[in-house]
Amino acid sequence: MSILVNKETRLVCQGLGKAGMFHCSKCVEYGTHFVGAVKPGQEGKSFSFPNSQLSFPYFNTVESAVKKFGANTSIIFVPAPSAADAIMEAVDAGISLVICITEGIPILDMIRVKAFMKGKKSCLIGPNCPGIITPGQAKIGIMPAYIHKPGSIGVISRSGTLTYETVWQLTELGFGQSTCIGIGGDQIIGSTFVDILKRFQQDDETKGVVMIGEIGGDMELQAAKYIREHFTKPVVSFIAGQTAPAGKRMGHAGAIIQQGEETASYKMEFLKSHGVHVVVSPAEIGKTMQKALQQS
Amino acid sequence: MKVHEYQAKKILSSFGVPVHDGITADNAQEASAVFTQLNVPVAVVKAQVYAGGRGKGGGVKLVKSAQEAYDVTLKMMSKPLVTPQTGPEGIPVKKVFVCPAVDIEKEYYLGIVMDRGAESILLIASTEGGVDIESVAKNTPEKILKETIDIRFGLQAFQARRVALQLGFSGEEVETVSQILVHTAQAYISSDCLMVEINPFAKTRDGKFLALDAKIAFDPVAMFRHPEYHDMKEATELSEAEQRAHKSKLSYISLDGNIGCMVNGAGLAMATMDIIKYAGGNPANFLDVGGGASQEQVTEAFKIILSDARVKGILVNIFGGIVHCDLVAKGILGAVEEIGIQIPLVVRLEGTNVEMGKSLLEKSQWNILTASTMKEAAEKIVAATSGK
Repeated sequence: MSILVNKETRLVCQGLGKAGMFHCSKCVEYGTHFVGAVKPGQEGKSFSFPNSQLSFPYFNTVESAVKKFGANTSIIFVPAPSAADAIMEAVDAGISLVICITEGIPILDMIRVKAFMKGKKSCLIGPNCPGIITPGQAKIGIMPAYIHKPGSIGVISRSGTLTYETVWQLTELGFGQSTCIGIGGDQIIGSTFVDILKRFQQDDETKGVVMIGEIGGDMELQAAKYIREHFTKPVVSFIAGQTAPAGKRMGHAGAIIQQGEETASYKMEFLKSHGVHVVVSPAEIGKTMQKALQQS
Repeated sequence: MKVHEYQAKKILSSFGVPVHDGITADNAQEASAVFTQLNVPVAVVKAQVYAGGRGKGGGVKLVKSAQEAYDVTLKMMSKPLVTPQTGPEGIPVKKVFVCPAVDIEKEYYLGIVMDRGAESILLIASTEGGVDIESVAKNTPEKILKETIDIRFGLQAFQARRVALQLGFSGEEVETVSQILVHTAQAYISSDCLMVEINPFAKTRDGKFLALDAKIAFDPVAMFRHPEYHDMKEATELSEAEQRAHKSKLSYISLDGNIGCMVNGAGLAMATMDIIKYAGGNPANFLDVGGGASQEQVTEAFKIILSDARVKGILVNIFGGIVHCDLVAKGILGAVEEIGIQIPLVVRLEGTNVEMGKSLLEKSQWNILTASTMKEAAEKIVAATSGK
């Protein structure tokens, strides 16, 4: 078991530029079922990844990839100015899981996207995220594959490389992962911690969850409330930005302290008071999960 | 990206919002000439800085003669302006805005902000204008009016009327004020703003409505579709190091410690600062070279850190997924060989080609310490810099 992506995943790429080409080839190498890429006006032609014999078709639209090859998941590398349009196209075509890697989408565009998505069934992950991997089954994203191994820890994070760091600690300690998800570093994103926690709660394979939050917004606080009320598995959490000054955007568009409740210390205390295992040092994430699992 | 009051007013005015306008001056002489040109008995001289609370800090002064306009401007520009929002170091004043004084009957608050939790935009209004709106919200929340704006349709006239009526307007004023609200919302959406604030929004004794002050913050990543605002960005807003970083597409923020950091990825960069603190040190900066940094970016990042004289040691923490560790190592060596390094350097590499990267560093003629984990790296750099 796993959440969101597995052997049934049929992936289409929107925005097959240099980055899209490189990362999709890595997803294919990992064993992800890849159906092709959207390139308007090029349907009927095909392409191959460097150093590969396999050939994949181009589609004029996402809809065409859905109709002809049963695409159910999209990965978006479309540059920021057109990325919102790409997300809406995927949602409109009925893609059930849309993963947007693109960084720097204007906030008002994302507000439009969220309004567009109301009442529709698609799940959006990102933007500005590393994607999703279910180790041993499918990788849809830009994370380095080799650090992961199949297992029972779910990982949710607003960050990219800090997620890799976390996964690496888990793997080194012998803990594999059920599914690892980067939900993105922007202010307005498709899926929140709570959205993903609900899925991990339903997944029997997942025995514990690591949640990597950061300064800015109130997503971690919402997660804390949800965890206390409904989540039955141990959760270990680290909040990045304990030393970040207020009012400064720390790399991620969403990582900015504008009020007291958005600081790392407030979030850490809040999570702790709601039964979450909070770590102060990012080096302790793996070991703390080990202890939490022994206790439960 | 913030703009000055005079620029914000220019933008709002172009959307049909009536503003309390004036003329800018770059020095005392110009300010005095502007006063004469305005030909009014009393004018107000306002320091143009990217911070609120100017009145409290002496950045807004009434003047009654060209000589007084000269003296006041000279004084304002003589030292950095300290307001409740600037911090003790203040901000240098390079420009003033000279406007005719107006006779005000009542001051209101109008603002539009992004509502992150609701994933929408929000109009905020209050009869309590000219004061800090956050304290109004805290002490008398009933005096804060809110109206959610649906981005697809903009602020509707009925919503604007509802707010105008709640603010206590009657007769023809209702229509006048709701028009202004609709235009302000149009400015916000069309210009990709994160924040528009008109505080105070004033009713004058002769029955007119004016934006007495105005603040605008744009969404920095949306500026590609607003070339009309590009020249409003003043380089002085960023420090020299921040400007250099910006040019190389690096994310850099100066902090007050002495351990320089170079990390790939924003989350890991914050976590690295945190672990330095945890190990007993203090980070000198936040520096994210990006998830897929190039060798040139690494070199430039290194130079930026070394240009900070307070830095007594450097910690590099790279988790190479997309970026390969050997390239990072080459980038570091490139920078060190070019400019030399006299302070301790600890490098922690993990990920693709980690062994190649480590061996390049260890074999080099430079005294570079390596570490396998974040914890070890933080402890090593703190030990190497303590007592300095």
